[in-house]
Amino acid sequence: MDTAVGTGAEAVIFWVIGPLMVIAALALLFARKPVHAAVGLIFVMIGMAFLYTTLEAPFLGVAQVVVYTGAIMILFVFVLMLVGVDAADSVAETIAGQRAIAVLLAVGLAAVLIGVVVTATLPTAVGLTDANAGTNPVGVAHEIFGKTVFALELVGVLLVIAALGAITLTHKEALSPARNQQAAVRLRQRAYARGEGSQVLTPLPAPGVYATHNAADVPALDPQGNPIDVSVPRVLRIRGQELAPSAVDGHVAEIAQGAYLQPRPTSFGELAGETQDPPTQSTASGPAADDPTASGPTAHETTRNTAEETQS
Amino acid sequence: MTLLHYLVLSGVLFTIGAATVLTRRNAILAFMGVELMLNSCNLALVTFSRIHGTLTGQVMAFFVMVVAAAEVVVGLAIIVSIYRARRTVSVDEPSLLKN
Repeated sequence: MDTAVGTGAEAVIFWVIGPLMVIAALALLFARKPVHAAVGLIFVMIGMAFLYTTLEAPFLGVAQVVVYTGAIMILFVFVLMLVGVDAADSVAETIAGQRAIAVLLAVGLAAVLIGVVVTATLPTAVGLTDANAGTNPVGVAHEIFGKTVFALELVGVLLVIAALGAITLTHKEALSPARNQQAAVRLRQRAYARGEGSQVLTPLPAPGVYATHNAADVPALDPQGNPIDVSVPRVLRIRGQELAPSAVDGHVAEIAQGAYLQPRPTSFGELAGETQDPPTQSTASGPAADDPTASGPTAHETTRNTAEETQS
Repeated sequence: MTLLHYLVLSGVLFTIGAATVLTRRNAILAFMGVELMLNSCNLALVTFSRIHGTLTGQVMAFFVMVVAAAEVVVGLAIIVSIYRARRTVSVDEPSLLKN
C-alpha cells in the first residue's frame, strides 16, 4: 500500500493545520458560548480550504472559502445574533447518562472509522497531475458540465426551492395593516377624547436644562419656578430616579418664590389676567399672578379644555 | 506522509461532529456539528479523488457543498421560525406531542 504522494512541504502544511483543525473543532463540543463554537468552525473550514489546495484541488479550496466560510458560516452567525447570542447552552442532562453514552459512541465511531481507513487496502496513489493537466478548474468543469450536467441542473432547481422555502418559513403574515403617522394621530385623539391615554395632545415638555446638570432625570421648571413632573421620562419616574431641581441648582427655591421675576407692563398683565382663568399655581406664587408667559401645564390645560369643548 | 493521514483526520473530524450532534442542546450548535460532518466527508472525497487520479471525487464534494448550502438555508429558517413561535432554540423544548 503506497499512498505517498506529494512533497515534504505538504507534510508540513498537514501537520501544522491538521492538529489545529482538530483543536478548533473541539470548540464545537466544549465552548459554552455558541459564538466561540462558530469561530472554531470557521477556522476548521478555512483549514479545510488549505488542505484542499494541497490535495491538488484548488477549485474546491476557493469554493470552500466562498461557500462555507463566506455564505454558510455568515448565515450561522447571523441566525445566532438573531435568536440571542447570550443563550448559553444548558449543562443539565435531560436523558440520564446521555453524555457518557455520547462519549462511548464517539469513541466507538472513531475506532471504527480510523480502523477501517488504516486497515483498508488502498490502490497506489496516482495523483492528479494528469487529470489537472489543463488546470484543475477546467478539469472539474469538464466533469460537471459533461457527465453530471443533469445533476447540476437538479441542484440548481434545489437551490431555488431552498431559497423559496427559506422565504416561506421565515415570512410573517401581516395581521393588521401597517399603521402610518396619520392613523397613529387619530388613535391618540380618540383615546384622549375617551379620557384614556395621555392627558395632553401636544408633545410633552422636555426635561430641564441647568447650568450644572443637563440630563433627562431633572424636571423642567414652569414660568413660576415649579417643577413639571411630566417633563421627566415616565420610566425614570417609575424607577424613582427623578431628581429634584433644587438638588442640582440652589437657585431653584428662590425662583419658585419669584425672586427673579421682572416687573411687567401693567396693561398687558391685566389683559392676560382677564382672558384666562387664573391657574392655581399662578395664584399660589403671589407676585407672579400677572405673568403672561403662561406655558407648561397651563397651556396643556387650555388645550384640554378646548378639546373637550369641541368633542362635546 | 501518506494520504492516509488525510483520511484519519477526516474520521476524527467526523467523530467530533457526531459527538456535537449527540451532546449539544442548542439547535444551532447541533446543526454546526452536521456541517462539520459534511466537511469531513468532503475531505475524504477529495483525498480519494487524489488517490484514484480522477476528478470524480472533487465533483461529488462540489455537489455536497451545494446541497449543504441549500440544507443550511432551510434548516436555519426552521430554527428561526421555531424560535419565533416557542422563544427557544433548544432541541429539548419543542415536545408538544409528548404525553
